[in-house]
Amino acid sequence: MPAPLDIAGFSVLLLLVLAVAAPLLRSVRTLQITLAFSLAAVASMAAVVAGGMTVADGSVASAAMTLGIPGLPFHLRLDPLAGFFLVVIGLMGFFVSIYSIGYVKGYGGQRSMTQMICFYTLFLAGMLLVVLADDAYFFLVAWELMAAASYFLVMYEDEKGENRRAAFLYLLIAHVGALAILLAFGVMAGQSGRPVFDGYTFDAMRTAQLTPGWAAAAFFLAFFGFAAKAGVIPLHVWLPEAHPVAPSNISALMSGVMLKTSIYGICRFAFDFIKIFPWWWGGIVLVLGLISAVMGVLYALMQHDLKRLLAYHSVENIGIILIGLGLSMIFAAFHLPTLAALALVAALYHTLNHAVFKGLLFMGAGAVLHATHERNMEEMGGLIHRMPWTAPLFLVGCVSISALPPFNGFVSEWLTFQAFLLSPSLPHPLLKLLIPLGAAMLALTGALAAACFVKVFGVVFLGQWRGHQKPERIHEVGPSMRAGMLLASISCLLLGIFPTWVIGWLDTIPEQLCGGRLAESAGKFGWMWLTPIAHGRASYSGPMVFIGILAVVAVTWLLLHAHATSSRRVPVWDCGFARLTPRMQYTASAFSMPIRRVLGFLFAVREQVEVVPHTNHPSLPGSLQYRLRIRDRFWNWLYVPQGDAAYWIARQVGRLQQGRIQIYLLYSFVTLIVLLVFLG
Amino acid sequence: MTHTIATQINSLLAALILLSAFALLAQRKIMGLVHIFAWQGLLLALSTAVIGYASGEHHLYISSLLTLGMKVILLPYILYKLVHKLKIHRDIEAVVNVPTTMLLGIILVVFSYHLTAPIRELSNLMTRSTLAVALATIMLGMLMMVTRRHAVTQILGFLAMENGLFFAATSATYGMPMVVELGVALDLLIAAFIFGIFFFHINTTFESLDVEQMAKLKETD
Repeated sequence: MPAPLDIAGFSVLLLLVLAVAAPLLRSVRTLQITLAFSLAAVASMAAVVAGGMTVADGSVASAAMTLGIPGLPFHLRLDPLAGFFLVVIGLMGFFVSIYSIGYVKGYGGQRSMTQMICFYTLFLAGMLLVVLADDAYFFLVAWELMAAASYFLVMYEDEKGENRRAAFLYLLIAHVGALAILLAFGVMAGQSGRPVFDGYTFDAMRTAQLTPGWAAAAFFLAFFGFAAKAGVIPLHVWLPEAHPVAPSNISALMSGVMLKTSIYGICRFAFDFIKIFPWWWGGIVLVLGLISAVMGVLYALMQHDLKRLLAYHSVENIGIILIGLGLSMIFAAFHLPTLAALALVAALYHTLNHAVFKGLLFMGAGAVLHATHERNMEEMGGLIHRMPWTAPLFLVGCVSISALPPFNGFVSEWLTFQAFLLSPSLPHPLLKLLIPLGAAMLALTGALAAACFVKVFGVVFLGQWRGHQKPERIHEVGPSMRAGMLLASISCLLLGIFPTWVIGWLDTIPEQLCGGRLAESAGKFGWMWLTPIAHGRASYSGPMVFIGILAVVAVTWLLLHAHATSSRRVPVWDCGFARLTPRMQYTASAFSMPIRRVLGFLFAVREQVEVVPHTNHPSLPGSLQYRLRIRDRFWNWLYVPQGDAAYWIARQVGRLQQGRIQIYLLYSFVTLIVLLVFLG
Repeated sequence: MTHTIATQINSLLAALILLSAFALLAQRKIMGLVHIFAWQGLLLALSTAVIGYASGEHHLYISSLLTLGMKVILLPYILYKLVHKLKIHRDIEAVVNVPTTMLLGIILVVFSYHLTAPIRELSNLMTRSTLAVALATIMLGMLMMVTRRHAVTQILGFLAMENGLFFAATSATYGMPMVVELGVALDLLIAAFIFGIFFFHINTTFESLDVEQMAKLKETD
C-alpha cells in the first residue's frame, strides 16, 4: 500500500493532467465528458482513501517540492486535519463528478465542455492543494487557483449580465479575503523570528513565539479572510449571488466543499499555529457563528429562488460549524481538553455532514432545474409525480439539513448542543450569559430550517404544477445524476446511523489539535450508543432510532394497505368552490408570511398590492397584483456606502486630471522642488 | 594653461550658459529659440572640452565632439526643417508672460545656489562652482516647458533640461562613463525623431501645435 501522501499526490496530479488533456478530446464530446468526469471521480476517491488512512492512523507525512521560485520550495504536509478535509473534498468530488456526467450533457451542444472540464478539474485540484500546502506561498497559490477556477465556473453562462455581475462580486470579496490572509501570514512570518524567507513555512509558524497583540492581529486577519470565503455574515453577500447562477454541479461543490476550506484555515490558524489564545477569540467566533446561523436561515426562508435559498442555508450551516469551533476555542482556552474535543468534533462532523447534504440538495436543485428549466419555486409544484427518484432523494437532503433523525444533520447538531449544555462549567460570568442564549438561538435555527425545508419540499414536489409549460414535458433525470444523488443520500443515512464509528475515526484530530480524546467515552457502549461525555448525561442511538422509524413506517404502510378497501382515491374536496386551479395552492411567499410579519424588521421588505379594476365596471375588482421584494439589509448598510465612498474618492482624485499638459508638467516640477527643499 | 585660468574660463562659460537659458525664456520667435539652443550647445561643448583639457580626462573630448555634433548641428537642423515644413514661424504664446517668467527664473537660480551650497563646501573639483548653474539650467528648462503653450517650445525646454543635466554631470564628476554618454546621445536622437513624428500627428489632428488643444482629449463626465 503506498503512503497516503503519495496517493494524495496522485490524485492532484491526475486532476491537473485532466485539465491539460481535456482539450485534446474536444471533437469527441460524449467521450470527453464521460472520460474526464469518471477520471475526476477516480482522483476524488484517491483523495478520500489518502485522507481516510491519515485520519485513521493519526500519521503525519511531509514533503518538499523544488518547484516554483528557486530557494522557495513548495512544502506539502498531510496530517489528520488535512486528511479529514481531503475526505470531505474527495467524497463530494466523487459524488458530484458522477452526477456531472449526466448534468453537463444537458447543456447540449451549445457550450464548450472543454472550458467546464478544465476549470472543474483545476478547481478540485486547487482545493486539494489548499489543504495539502505546508507553506504560506504554496497555500496562497493553491487558494488563488481555487478562487480563479471557481470564478470562471460561476461565469460559465457568461452571456447573462447577472452572471457576470455575480462572478465579479465573488472575485472581489474573495480577493479582499485573500489579501487579509496574506497579511496574516505576513504577521506570522514576521514574528517567527526566522530569517526573512524561512518564516514562510508553516513549521516556522507553528514554533513562532507571538506576543498576544500580534497573535490576535494574525488570527483576526486570517479569520476575516476565511470568513469572506466562507460567507460569514456580513461578508456573505456574494453567496446568494454566485451560487444560483453557477451550474448546479459547481454550486454543489462550492457550497458543499469550497466554503469548508475556510473552516480548515481557521482550524489551522487557531489550533495549529497559535495554540494558546484567550477565550474571547472563541467568543467572537461563537457570536459571529450565531448571527450567521440565525440570519442565514431567516433570509433563506424569504427566498423563492431554489438555489438562492440553498445558498443562504450555506450561510446558516457555516454559522453552525463556527458555533462548534468557537465553543471548542473557548473550552481550549480554559484548558478543558475533553470538552474542546467534543466541540471540535461537532464542528468537523457538521462540516462533513453539511458537505454531503448540501451537495445532495444542490444536486437535487440541479436535477429540478435540468428538468423544468426553472429556478423560481412559485412556478413549480407536484414534481414528485414527474420525478419519482429525485423527490425522495431531495427529501433525504431536506430531512438531513433540518437536523431530524435518523439522518446525519441531527447527529452533528446534537453534538453541538451537548457542547452547549456542558458549558456551565465555564468560569466566566459573560459566558454564563452568552451560552444559554446561544443554545436558544441554535435551537431557533434548527426549527426555522425545518420550516424552510417543509416549504421547499411542499412547494416544489407536492401539490400541483404551477408553471407555464406543460408538466408532461418534465422528465426524470438520467442514471448518472440519479447515481450521484443516491450515493450522497446513502452517505447521509450512514453518517447518521453510525456516528460512533465516525467519531472513533475522527479521534486523532482533536488529540493532535487540543490534546483531548472523545472516542473512549463516546464509544463506551459499542457502536449502538453514542455517549459524548458520560452515559448519565446524554446518549443517542442512531441504529435504534432508524430501526424504530422503519418499524413505524412499515406498520403504518401495512395498516393502510392491509385491505384493498382501506385506501380509496376520490376527487379532492373543493370546499364548495366550483373549480380548483393550481393557482389556489399555498405559495412559497404565503408559507413564509407569518415569519415575515414577525421578523420583517430584519429585512428590507417592499410589499405592493395593486387592484386592477374589472373591465365591465370600475368599482368591481378585476384582478389583484401582488409584488414582494425582499432585499438583504447588509447590502445597503455595508456595501453601498463603501461603493459610494470609492466613487467619491475616485471623482476627487480625478480632478487632478486637467487634460492640460502644462499642468501635468507643473505637478512634476512642484514635486521636484518640494523634494529638493525637504530632502536636499 | 593653469587650473586657475581653466576654472575662470569654465566659470565664464557657465555664466554664458545660464544667460542662454534665460534667453530661451525671453525669446518669442521659434527660429530665435532654435538659434539660442544651438548656441547653448556650443557653449556646452566648449566647456566640456576645457574641463577635459584641464582635468586630463581625455574621454571628455569625445563627449565634447558628440555634443557639438548632436546639439549644435543635428538637432537644430532637424528642428529648423520641422519649423519650415510645418510653417510655424509666428510668435509663440506663453501661459505666463515673459517678465513674470524671468522673475520666477531668478528665484529658481537663487534656489539652486542655496541648494548646492553644501556641495560646494565639500567638493574639491575645479568645476564645483558651476554645479549651481547646471541645476539652474535644468530648472529653467522645466520652467520653460510649464509656461509655454507651443509643442516645439516644450521640446526645446526638454532639450535645454538635458543640456543642464549634461553640464551637471561634467561639473560634478567630470562626466559620466563613456557608455552612458553614448547611450544618452542615442536616446536624445531617437527622442528627436519621435517628437518629429508626434508634431506631424498633433498638427494634422488639431491643425495647430498649441498643446492647449490637447485638453480636448480629456474625458468629460
